[in-house]
Amino acid sequence: MKRSKNAFTGVKSIFFTFLAIIWLGMFMAVQSFAQTDSIKRNTTDSVNKVNQLKEVQIRKIKITKRQTSSTPLQILSGAELEKLNSLSVADAVRFFSGVQLKDYGGIGGLKTINVRSMGTNHTAVFYDGVQLGNAQNGQVDLGKFSLDNIEEIELYNGQKSSIFQSAKGFASASSLYLTSKQPDFPAGRTQKIRASVKGGSFGLINPSLLWQSKISKNVYSTLSAEYKNANGKYKFRSTNGVYDTTAVRKDGDIETMRLELGLNGVLPDSSKWKVKLYGYKDNQGLPGAVVNNVFAFSQRMWNKNFFAQSSYEKNVGKYSLLATAKYANDNQRYLNPDIVTVDGLQENNFHLQEIYVSLANKFKITNYWDVVLSTDYQRNDLNADLYRFSYPVRNTILTALATQFRFAKFDIQANLLSTLKYDKTQSGPADENRNELTPTVMLSWQPFNQKEFRLRSFYKSIFRMPTFNDLYYTNYGFTVLKPEYTKQYDLGFTYIKGYEGRILSQFSIQADAYYNKVKNKIVAVPGNSQARWSMQNLGLVEIKGIDVNIQSAWQLTDYINFTTGLTYTYQKAIDADKTSASYKDLIPYTPIHSGSFLASAAYRNFSMNYSFIYTGERYNQSTNNVYNYVQPWYTHDLALHCNTKINSREIRLTAEINNLLNQDYEVITNFPMPGRYYRFGLTYNY
Amino acid sequence: MKKNKLLNAISLVLLITTVGLTVSCRKDLKPVPEQQESLLPPDPSAQVKGFYIVNEGNMNMNKASLDYLDYTTGIYRRNIYNEVNPEIVKGLGDVGNDIGVYGSKLYVVVNVSNKIEVLDVKTGKRIKQINITNCRYITFNQGKAYVSAYLGTVGDPNAPLGIVAQIDTGSLTEIKRVNVGRQPEEMAIVGQKLYVANSGGYSPQKYERTVSVIDLNTFSVTKQIDVAINLHRLKADKYGDLYVTSRGNYFDIPSKMFVIDTKTDQVKKTFNIAVNNLAIDGDVAYYYGSEWNYNEAKYTITYGMLNVKDEVILNQKFITDGTEKSITIPYGIAVHPITREVLVTDAKNYVSPGTLYCFDPSGKKKWSVTTGDIPAHFAFVYK
Repeated sequence: MKRSKNAFTGVKSIFFTFLAIIWLGMFMAVQSFAQTDSIKRNTTDSVNKVNQLKEVQIRKIKITKRQTSSTPLQILSGAELEKLNSLSVADAVRFFSGVQLKDYGGIGGLKTINVRSMGTNHTAVFYDGVQLGNAQNGQVDLGKFSLDNIEEIELYNGQKSSIFQSAKGFASASSLYLTSKQPDFPAGRTQKIRASVKGGSFGLINPSLLWQSKISKNVYSTLSAEYKNANGKYKFRSTNGVYDTTAVRKDGDIETMRLELGLNGVLPDSSKWKVKLYGYKDNQGLPGAVVNNVFAFSQRMWNKNFFAQSSYEKNVGKYSLLATAKYANDNQRYLNPDIVTVDGLQENNFHLQEIYVSLANKFKITNYWDVVLSTDYQRNDLNADLYRFSYPVRNTILTALATQFRFAKFDIQANLLSTLKYDKTQSGPADENRNELTPTVMLSWQPFNQKEFRLRSFYKSIFRMPTFNDLYYTNYGFTVLKPEYTKQYDLGFTYIKGYEGRILSQFSIQADAYYNKVKNKIVAVPGNSQARWSMQNLGLVEIKGIDVNIQSAWQLTDYINFTTGLTYTYQKAIDADKTSASYKDLIPYTPIHSGSFLASAAYRNFSMNYSFIYTGERYNQSTNNVYNYVQPWYTHDLALHCNTKINSREIRLTAEINNLLNQDYEVITNFPMPGRYYRFGLTYNY
Repeated sequence: MKKNKLLNAISLVLLITTVGLTVSCRKDLKPVPEQQESLLPPDPSAQVKGFYIVNEGNMNMNKASLDYLDYTTGIYRRNIYNEVNPEIVKGLGDVGNDIGVYGSKLYVVVNVSNKIEVLDVKTGKRIKQINITNCRYITFNQGKAYVSAYLGTVGDPNAPLGIVAQIDTGSLTEIKRVNVGRQPEEMAIVGQKLYVANSGGYSPQKYERTVSVIDLNTFSVTKQIDVAINLHRLKADKYGDLYVTSRGNYFDIPSKMFVIDTKTDQVKKTFNIAVNNLAIDGDVAYYYGSEWNYNEAKYTITYGMLNVKDEVILNQKFITDGTEKSITIPYGIAVHPITREVLVTDAKNYVSPGTLYCFDPSGKKKWSVTTGDIPAHFAFVYK
């Protein structure tokens, strides 16, 4: 540990000025560069032709699902995703409005998503259409999903604006869809390989390979392999204005391997099928809360995840069918050398299995009226070598009846979801059987003749079941827990405008106001000592907020285009339980103001990306007092990309600086985040 | 023309960036402030000058804090450590577990921070930090402090035993340590014998059942008294008896309290009541307990009094005005040695500031005050 003093505020203001000058300077330089370059315009190569084609596309506005979705939809895909300073899905979702990423810091730290402050367990994460589950704690660590193989990330508040989906698709308060890269071959090609390597701070080495091949006319395969190794070390600073300490976070090392095999094809009757095998393995340190006198940690965790999923889709006249099946097998080993038991160091092994089948049927009753009936069955079981463990098994049957009316200017969707849940245990009491019926209604309306402006609204009532950890964590008194219910009301609009022959070529905005209520919130309440808690349905949370999303595209010169994205969230998530000691206080880790700003400029083969993320002041415990206050944080990231060609093969070079101003911050109190760090990448496309 | 448009675009970007940066500024960093409130009429001649409370703070939050009620001024001071010791990295630490005054020094045992803070009892200024991994409780005798700690060695799979460390209160250094049972908790000294309750809490499949007896002359364990599983509290009365609580296994073995006669070092009486914590003052033990109720799926809390001379439960209650209904989870208890007022803390939901209640000898609430998070352990100051 080394001590240093710093005139923090002074440096800050200097840096802001400096940043503004850099901005100005950069644009001036690019501009003059563009002018001198215009002389050489005759030597237009194929890259420029492609750019010109893109311009044409940009200027003609395309009404996409972003505009027509009756639930708020945010998308990051393809090129946009490549430009972001992101290694994992977790890094990318920070740019969505209404989202708080719970980030415990570093490359191996847990990262989960909390949408509109309803709680992590209320967001379902889907990978290629099938939900990634964790019956043990109901959370998906998004830091474990590399962006390497991801083509698109979509976040829906409520649910996907499409009724033809599995019953699971209707079953969460918000849904994050991850879509892997799909095979796509230019004429005459049957093989495509993309090799990439990333490296940089934290001792990161991250090679990956994507190999797509056209096995026959109608069958494609995709193989994706990735290895990641990082020592996870980074400097962080802790200060109260008097003491000022810089230390190194060094227990966050991680080694991961991922192998994915996908096959998809089209049968002679034009039905489509898909199979995916996914294997993942890691070995990581678990850095804990940095508290007084404790800066090093010895806990470790090993994960092995495997799943196989398959789907089949067929249309016969007015009838469509979508069948899905999945098997998942997750193993986790946890070691805590700080605790020595009579059997040696504390070690726990968890084994979680899931079997899932789904059948969705769509009937097209008329041209404007569809009806869908979806039924899912899921079985989860958890095995753990904990003392007096109850070995729970959960069977869930979900049935959704949905309908959609589509008119020229009006679209209405409604569904009713039935959830039947049965828990069994080998020892000790099991949770009651549950039978829940929950509705959703969604509207999208184009009030004027112009397609550019649409209004939308939805109401959704849904719940999350208590997880195995909530119910069966050993050593705790068993409690009867009700599901945690959420009710969401949303009203918003989308507007998009394209401009011909102007610098501003496209502008779009979407804004939503919402009111959410979380009832029977499952919270841990004290037993008779700090080590003994029990879970109870206690909390009531009310969330009021506004999400705004503005995007624009600029054609500055023939060679320079510029895009910006701005998100802003105003939100008040308050404890609405009148009996609570913190009634009317903001719930922990929910800022009133948060947002992000993205700007990217492309000039010929170069592009530059700047991103800014802001999270306002918030509290780390339920009482909003000075002792629980958490400072705002904001980071500036820069990335430079260069696309070039060697022997007509594309090569992409990337350099990133993250947390440019080296801000010391914590997303979760006592889990310091890294200061300035760098990442470099090289991608080769064959 | 084109240039103008470009400049417009640039200025827009600059505007957005500047606005973004200016609204986002952070407050200047300052040490965590002390809060004061006037609670009682000043009593400059008070025999007991005041008392310290250590608030445990929820684990991982690094929010252990120290409060002080000054009877001479009547002022309650909340969170006094950080302003007095702003240079200490990350303050008092994570999970304060015990506190004691000996001579002119105040000792605070901070469990997760693996240390004992030694402070000047008058000013709260740090004198020294003594590192003991996973330390739990502290007690004093003849110029020595004794500290129990869950493990003697961390990370050795063959060393599950806990220790009691002997610290010289003059040099403030550890002199020696002795292995006791697994995960030792509270201690008491009677004559030249130190008694420590072993819990074995890290191995629920095999809880400890014993009280270890240490001869202070040789500083070695001379005896293990078999009592019951998962022991926690251990208090001595003035008649040479020890009151020891067993937490049971939270499953089919209930909590109980036992009386050990230190003359014979044997259990002489069992009370079939759940006792989470107790304070003995003269002939009376004041206690509270909570028992998990499967039918109602919640903890039921009881408060009671016990005569330690005759070893019988009394019919009296130390809260008589119904205030117990507003106490969510009683967490700490102490009795004022002069006024016989009973001090009880409420830890609420563990992540909110707690409340300290004062009850007069008739059981009526005299005053209450907001404390730090999880107010738990008391130490009176006499001079």
